[in-house]
Amino acid sequence: MSDAAHAHEAHGHHAQPTGIMRWLTTTNHKDIGTLYLFFSLIMLFAAGSMALMIRAELFQPGMQLTHPDFFNQLTTMHGLIMIFGVIMPAFSGFANWQVPLMLGAPDMAFPRMNNWAFWILPVAGILLMVSFLLPGGAVAGGWTMYPPLFIQGGISYDLTILAVHIMGLSSIMGSINIITTILNMRAPGLTLMKMPLFCWTWLITAYLLIATMPVLAGAVTMLLTDRNFGTHFFNAAGGGDPVMFQHIFWFFAHPEVYILILPAFGIVSQIIPTFARKPLFGYASMVYATASIAILSFIVWAHHMFTVGMPVAGQLFFMFSTMLIAVPTGVKVFNWVATMWRGSLTFETPMLFAIAFVCLFTIGGFSGLVLAIAPVDIQLHDTYYVVAHFHYVLVSGALFSIFAGIYYWLPKWTGHMYDETLGKWHFWLSVIGMNIVFFPMHFLGLAGMPRRIPDYALQFTEFNQIATVGAFIFGFSQLIFLAVVLKAIRGGARASARVWEGAEGLEWTVPSPAPYHTFEVAPVLK
Amino acid sequence: MKSIGQAGTGALALGASQAVLADYAYNLQTPASQVAADVFQLHNLIMLVCLGIFVVVFGAMFYSLIKHRKSVGHKAAHFHENTTVEIIWTVIPFVILVGMAYPAAKVVIDMKDTSDPDMTVKITGYQWKWGYDYLNDGISFTSSLSTPRAQIEGKAAKGEHYLLEVDEPMVVPVGKRVRLLITANDVIHSWWVPALGAKQDAIPGFIRDSWFKADKIGTYRGQCVELCGKDHGFMPIVVEVVSEDDYRAWVAQKQGAAQAAAADGARAFEVAELVERGEKVYLANCAACHQADGRGLPGAFPAISGSPVATGPLAGHIEVVLNGRPGTAMAAFGGQLSDADIAAVVTYQRNAWNNKMGDLAQPAEIAAARGGAAEAAAPAAQ
Amino acid sequence: MSLAQTEKYYLPQPSLWPIIGSVALLLMAVGGTMTMREIDNGGWILFAGLAILFVMMFGWFRDVIRDSEAGRYNQQVDASFRWSMSWFIFSEVMFFAAFFGALFYTRVLSVPWLADAETGSLLWPGFQATWPTAGPGLTEGVDALAGVSPHEFTPMGAWGIPAINTLLLLTSGVTVTWAHWGLKKNRRTQLVAGLALTVALGAVFLALQVYEYHHAYTEMGLTLGAGVYGATFFMLTGFHGFHVLVGTTMLIVMLLRSIAGHFTPDHHFAFEAVSWYWHFVDVVWVLLFILVYWMI
Ligand code: HEA
Ligand code: HEA
Ligand code: HEC
Ligand code: CUA
Ligand SMILES: [Cu+2]
Repeated sequence: MSDAAHAHEAHGHHAQPTGIMRWLTTTNHKDIGTLYLFFSLIMLFAAGSMALMIRAELFQPGMQLTHPDFFNQLTTMHGLIMIFGVIMPAFSGFANWQVPLMLGAPDMAFPRMNNWAFWILPVAGILLMVSFLLPGGAVAGGWTMYPPLFIQGGISYDLTILAVHIMGLSSIMGSINIITTILNMRAPGLTLMKMPLFCWTWLITAYLLIATMPVLAGAVTMLLTDRNFGTHFFNAAGGGDPVMFQHIFWFFAHPEVYILILPAFGIVSQIIPTFARKPLFGYASMVYATASIAILSFIVWAHHMFTVGMPVAGQLFFMFSTMLIAVPTGVKVFNWVATMWRGSLTFETPMLFAIAFVCLFTIGGFSGLVLAIAPVDIQLHDTYYVVAHFHYVLVSGALFSIFAGIYYWLPKWTGHMYDETLGKWHFWLSVIGMNIVFFPMHFLGLAGMPRRIPDYALQFTEFNQIATVGAFIFGFSQLIFLAVVLKAIRGGARASARVWEGAEGLEWTVPSPAPYHTFEVAPVLK
Repeated sequence: MKSIGQAGTGALALGASQAVLADYAYNLQTPASQVAADVFQLHNLIMLVCLGIFVVVFGAMFYSLIKHRKSVGHKAAHFHENTTVEIIWTVIPFVILVGMAYPAAKVVIDMKDTSDPDMTVKITGYQWKWGYDYLNDGISFTSSLSTPRAQIEGKAAKGEHYLLEVDEPMVVPVGKRVRLLITANDVIHSWWVPALGAKQDAIPGFIRDSWFKADKIGTYRGQCVELCGKDHGFMPIVVEVVSEDDYRAWVAQKQGAAQAAAADGARAFEVAELVERGEKVYLANCAACHQADGRGLPGAFPAISGSPVATGPLAGHIEVVLNGRPGTAMAAFGGQLSDADIAAVVTYQRNAWNNKMGDLAQPAEIAAARGGAAEAAAPAAQ
Repeated sequence: MSLAQTEKYYLPQPSLWPIIGSVALLLMAVGGTMTMREIDNGGWILFAGLAILFVMMFGWFRDVIRDSEAGRYNQQVDASFRWSMSWFIFSEVMFFAAFFGALFYTRVLSVPWLADAETGSLLWPGFQATWPTAGPGLTEGVDALAGVSPHEFTPMGAWGIPAINTLLLLTSGVTVTWAHWGLKKNRRTQLVAGLALTVALGAVFLALQVYEYHHAYTEMGLTLGAGVYGATFFMLTGFHGFHVLVGTTMLIVMLLRSIAGHFTPDHHFAFEAVSWYWHFVDVVWVLLFILVYWMI
């Protein structure tokens, strides 16, 4: 990506700062996209290493490698970093690179704010990571931060709350930028209903972010004042209620899980038509389905709280509303299948990941549906069944879509084809490894193994061992991914402008690598 | 089983697991109550429906992946948008969902109906043990993990019920509707016994209820299922379901023990007696945080050995143990331990490790320190 | 303004301000945490962070104002600003919604639950679910600042300072609109006078609120620690007060810019943005007045 940048400085622009200053001060959407993606990659290895430590401890019953408190720190930080440090930044990276390219816009609407939205993320990252070194260690209260446990902790809990504020600020600024770009900077003639689905899904995601991130900020602010300023929001003695935090938190966090999947839907909806050489089956219904998912996501939050003891009417309402989400999501799955149907399919690595996504995400969706059934959830809540569910939607969902997207657009970004053989290796090891880790967790949950425990009863041993072996296969195959990416950045077969035979859209009309500045004059659409 | 433990590669583990899997449960635990059985059925139904949909949808997809490949010369068709198809695949899932929602709603309503109990037990979650108060029979006790630390640390072979065994199980009669009033003392916990189909979060300051009716005599095990701090993984639940007669006998024995404990509170003790008793109380209640060697965990839990409180004025020490330190993990033990136990643990802390105070606290002093208001809250433990 | 420039979307050069802002946030978070945890020198670090943040805001906005005055912002950029300001205000609405939600939840659900069924009879005997309340369990101890026990507070009535403040803010909504008319009709005196009045009203509002807080703490026993009533009261009114402070600061900048001759009748989005913001703060206050002060 870097050589691409240098080649295009002669465009009549002022001299660009070079070296580290280029990255610190950049206002270019492609640079910022690259920064997001690298940040996310580093965080993937950090949080992934924590997951491997978790899995190593759980390989056998008994405490071997960690102490219970440290184990909880690993779980909490793994969850927080994967969500806020890996998946969300990766999607922001895609948005930065692709949205202007797909819309025929010269850049994002607010380039300086774009820079800031990225550069406060490492600040949050530092605040989180540094807490491992402080007395008392990192946060150990779960990524869900429930009080009163979260009120008990030490200094790292305050740092985490402020890190969450900062990540929220970053997301809000990033989202305002993306929404504005999409609404205001499309090339003439590119109406909303003609724009690529990736832009649509991000438009709706950004809306979700703006609507829910402030709510999270409010929730953690109340935690902060309960911890440090003597308020009693979450303390029954003062008339508050610990469960109130859960309501506010999940009002944010349920939409958040769709924030983690809608851009994935967008990426997959770009890739499948390309390799099926056939237009997406139902463009309009995809848009409406995405919007319905977003709207429904605001009224289902209490399905994470079926066991807090809410009134029966509440349970029924949240059960029904949650189940409803299967309908628009089904529409998406059927659309992808119908797009492949009678296409002319080829299976390059992006397509392989996209197909695996459709199939495995659906497994995660089905286990979500099982959890949506309140009585069943009351049995399965806070067990490994839930862990299995959300890793199917997050790993084989969100993460796989990110892999797919990287393989798909890497030639456009670097100008080089990635190594297809290594890509295939990465794919097969990942799919197999991923299923070995997470499939047995369904059985563990059904059999009654609680989540967030560092040690377990003997009857859970075998499946845990299988899962741990799978985790190491899956984890170490990500080193292949690292190798593929670095290799493609440094060289490889030159990619043509269109790259993929079936690719449609404005981004494929510019050369590969995409010049530092693109569409300074708006393209004309047919 | 052990051989798998040693297996380093995925292939080995997969191969070997086949044999192990044969006697392994793939579904929810065998139900021992009607509610658990209903949930079991419901889960099976939904799984089957999902499986059916999965086979149909991905059957179609894989058919296409095989038949419509470019490499076999398939040319892409160019159809898209078909309103009829789109309406069908919106309506059919909706109808299927309605079919699932109906039986599910019935179970929800049944689970939520806690009326007409035969007996009521109040359950309180503590970091990290459970307290049980039998409101009808006036029995109170706490129940904590009884697996020895040596097994956890791998210094002894693990027993059959590793991590799922407690010192004092909850005992209930078979076939009776037991209503549970669940709350917590410090942070949120969650009380769950899978085979009985009852799970309810324990929320400090609120009582939420649940119920179960065990169908079969037996021992049922569960765990705390809400992250509650360091030893969340180590606060199991054991429910012994016994016959009506056995239950009566157990109640009588417990009530006798409670009287003996009450008498303890009235008498005076020697230092050595208190230290010996205090060590037990300490290991059961305090060692989780302050550690058996009294050194605590730096940064999280202060050392008691050499602590200014444990080597300072007695009144201050009693104060901390009775009332805790609000806003920290240090809970108020006044509501959990009897006067005699608190006197014992305080005395132990003042005389163990590097603390050589030589003084002692008598139960009467604890009772005095509680003042008038709090004494009603103290259960007569053990 | 050359024609070529108006056709293109304005893309700013690389800028140092964002990374300076990041450093400021890092210092503020670290310093803030140290202050809260009572670690030495935390206050200084926090202060340094704030100072850098102010420098950054000053510099950044100066750049934006220069770009604007140099005519680099065409119609499309203007539209971007409009979208972004609207979405920003929407995010603020949701921020307030979290706190209003907390107020609703405690008043309508959790406080009644505390006195209900077994929760009331076994855990909190004798507790009456009324509003305002400091909850069932804060009956002992004395709040260091207020000098009384947390449950011995007097709720804040609506018809003293809060009612005056309502009038002040509603009036300021009128004056800022009046200033806007002045700007659109190019009557600069009306613009400056309107803005000056608005700033003055905002400042008086803030002064009265500070007085109200002082009174609450010293005379009424009403503190942050006064149970969930005190917590929601101060969180909602305090967060709003902070917004008034920000709004007033922005109005001052607009006032200074107006005096310096910035803005034209058809190109003055900064002014409009601030007035949108001000109206938003106004509306939130009305809600606050009704739900926090009046309906107790
Ligand atoms: C990317 C993230 C993501 C996504 C997309 C989803 C999607 C869904 N989730 Fe999941 N969920 C999480 C991430 C996600 N979830 C996380 C992180 C947690 C745990 C948080 C924590 O506690 O730490 C969680 C927890 C969670 C719970 C709480 C469990 C518990 O703690 O007790 C529930 C309960 O209802 C649930 C339900 C659902 C449902 C119904 C969907 C639906 O959207 C799924 C819809 C999809 C399908 C159903 C498949 C495709 C559809 C068809 C092929 C159509 C035909 C189908 C039918 C008619 C059945 N999820
Ligand atoms: C997108 C989100 C995401 C992703 C991708 C993952 C990925 C993984 N997760 Fe995670 N997980 C969560 C989100 C995610 N998780 C969340 C939200 C929770 C809940 C937290 C909570 O309860 O609060 C959770 C909890 C969770 C648990 C439960 C812990 C507990 O309850 O105590 C487990 C247990 O197995 C687990 C395992 C894994 C594994 C094995 C992976 C694997 O996919 C990881 C693969 C590994 C790598 C990609 C790293 C590769 C590293 C190397 C090869 C080493 C080389 C090192 C360097 C070069 C530095 N996760
Ligand atoms: C859940 C963990 C936990 C348990 C269990 C626990 N404590 Fe503590 N204890 C703490 C913490 C945390 C502190 C420090 C509180 C503070 O920061 O002021 C503390 C402080 C103390 C102190 C004051 C020490 C000092 O130097 O300030 C004493 C005495 C004490 N505990 C006694 C006990 C006794 C007796 C028991 C058992 C009956 C017990 N603790 C059980 C967590 C615990
Ligand atoms: Cu108690 Cu987990
Ligand atoms: Cu959810």
